[in-house]
Amino acid sequence: MTGQLTGVRRAGGIRVGPVGLAWRPRVVIATIAALVLALILFVAGITIGSSALSVVDVIRALGGGGTGVQRLIVTELRLPRALTGAFVGLALGVAGALTQTFTRNPLATPDVIGVTAGASTGAVAAIVLGGGTYSVSAALLGGGIPLAATAGALIASAVVYGLGWRGGVESYRLILVGIGVASVLTALTSYLLVRAQIAQASQASVWLVGSLSGSSWPSVWPLLIVAVLGVALSLVTSTALGVSQLGDETAIAVGLHLQRHRLIVIALAVVLTAAAVAAAGPVGFVAFVVPQIALRTAGTSRPPLLLSGLMGTCLVLVADLAGRTIFPTEVPVGLLTTVVGAPYLIWLLVRHRKELSS
Amino acid sequence: MIAVFAGLAAVTALASVLFGSNHLSMPAVVDALIHRGSDEASTIVFGVRIPRTMLGIVVGACLGVAGAVMQGHTRNSLADPGLFGVSAGAGLAVVIGVYAFGVVGTGITVWFALAGAIIASVAVFSITAAGSGTASPVPLALAGAAVSALLDAFTSYIVLADKDSLQAYRLWVVGSLSGRDVGVIWSVVPFAVAGLLLAFLNTRALDNLGLGSDMARSLGENVLVARIVGLASITLLTAAATAAAGPIGFVGLVIPHLVRPFVGTGHRFVLPASALLGIALVLAADVVGRLIGGVAEVQVGIVLALIGGPFFVVIARRRSLVAL
Repeated sequence: MTGQLTGVRRAGGIRVGPVGLAWRPRVVIATIAALVLALILFVAGITIGSSALSVVDVIRALGGGGTGVQRLIVTELRLPRALTGAFVGLALGVAGALTQTFTRNPLATPDVIGVTAGASTGAVAAIVLGGGTYSVSAALLGGGIPLAATAGALIASAVVYGLGWRGGVESYRLILVGIGVASVLTALTSYLLVRAQIAQASQASVWLVGSLSGSSWPSVWPLLIVAVLGVALSLVTSTALGVSQLGDETAIAVGLHLQRHRLIVIALAVVLTAAAVAAAGPVGFVAFVVPQIALRTAGTSRPPLLLSGLMGTCLVLVADLAGRTIFPTEVPVGLLTTVVGAPYLIWLLVRHRKELSS
Repeated sequence: MIAVFAGLAAVTALASVLFGSNHLSMPAVVDALIHRGSDEASTIVFGVRIPRTMLGIVVGACLGVAGAVMQGHTRNSLADPGLFGVSAGAGLAVVIGVYAFGVVGTGITVWFALAGAIIASVAVFSITAAGSGTASPVPLALAGAAVSALLDAFTSYIVLADKDSLQAYRLWVVGSLSGRDVGVIWSVVPFAVAGLLLAFLNTRALDNLGLGSDMARSLGENVLVARIVGLASITLLTAAATAAAGPIGFVGLVIPHLVRPFVGTGHRFVLPASALLGIALVLAADVVGRLIGGVAEVQVGIVLALIGGPFFVVIARRRSLVAL
């Protein structure tokens, strides 16, 4: 595969093993800018809060110095939270870009493969059916909900992929099967919510919005490992992803193993999303809006993967920072990613149309 | 094929009058239908079942046609009528009604839902049209999704803060035909009729637009007018259905896909077939929900998804679905 593809490489591109990148200054500049912004927001997320710390305080606390309270705030509360936010955004951004490229549909998110619907049904079932006595709920919050969400996500997407298989998968059929499966799961979730006690329904609604407030080290590590590996593997598929955009016949003609490529892309999107949802709940809108923003910022024909991921990080970190500082009581991050992301997408749409007509 | 769909709709309408969670024998229902009296059977049949069946017919026809017009205009198989922010706007309005004004009861809620639905979709069209005349499909779908998400976020914010609103919202959002005042039907019927008229006026334009805007224009179609008529029709139909029964978006999404393999892609067949099959699907799901749930009925929105989902998967696998 690599041999044939080297021939279509552009002049002035960069090639490291199987990863080939065409030299597009606008993409590179945007990616570097997004990375810098993400780092600034990450540091801001650790320093700003109900007890403000300077950067010096943070570094001292990380090195084991400072007061005990400062060490507790930095290492046990803000650092895991900021890491969770950063990697949830990264994972969702890349997963969204993969799905939208693979389906060639700007409305597609990993939700169309049933990931979020499955995770939501799993988590809500754990909350509603498992709830009751306090100790059971506490145990579930510790390990059960992320586990139930991950299981739900993986089972649902395996079912969608399996049902969508008919001598191979094809994105149109996969989307339709995904709609069918997701609607069943959403109905089950609604049914659980209607039948639940109001206290559990309320707890489940909080989870369904997506929040970083429960972030702790045990939930950070799985997310971090999956996100780093998943994003790295996604970048490796980038060239093949570009080739698959040319249409099925052309892609096969230049030597792409289409079904294997699709399975890899879907699996990556599913695993990245499942990791993010297990850690923070279905944080709204990131996987949908970020690839569209990245696409329009970079001026490319498909959403650039790394830029989407970094913009996802920026969006989640900004939303979390705003959620805990601006409002009198903390607002879950999932609400604010939407409140920040949606108007930005709307503005891009309006501006784009003005450019076209002028 | 249209006759078969009409037959299905008629059979489900009859079933909806005959079967219910109240144990009335079939002869008792037939007797009550013929000799309308003041006994229990007549009260149930004329006071509950017939209005509920009429509501199901209105909702099913609206959603089926709205889905077909929607997918015709956006040329996107993922487009469901909720995409223009109608469901999200109606949901937010219902929650605001409960939270800020303490509104209870379907008779008043329906007006909040209608207003919210129409305001939301007008906002979506204005965003898309800003800066340029024609509302083209992809930005329209994106703007709709963006506005929906934004409105849902506000709904979640209120619902998370206020338990009464959560209580009202979680019951509204599953979608149900039960417990609606008779007044609800009369509130939404004018909107439904206007929407259906506009949809059928839009029939030929939809076929032409399916060839692309440029081709449609060269066939003598006024694309802007066609789009405005279509969007107004979708808004009115979805607003009427959502206000009456809550967001049952699934019907609008599936029906056109189910209809096209049988009648082709010409909208003069797709639209009536979608209306009839929409009625059949909504009524069938409602009847099943009454029968399986016993006294605590299972809401029509849930039954629709639980039965319609697997059915849709089977169709998607078996037939080579007609791509848009």
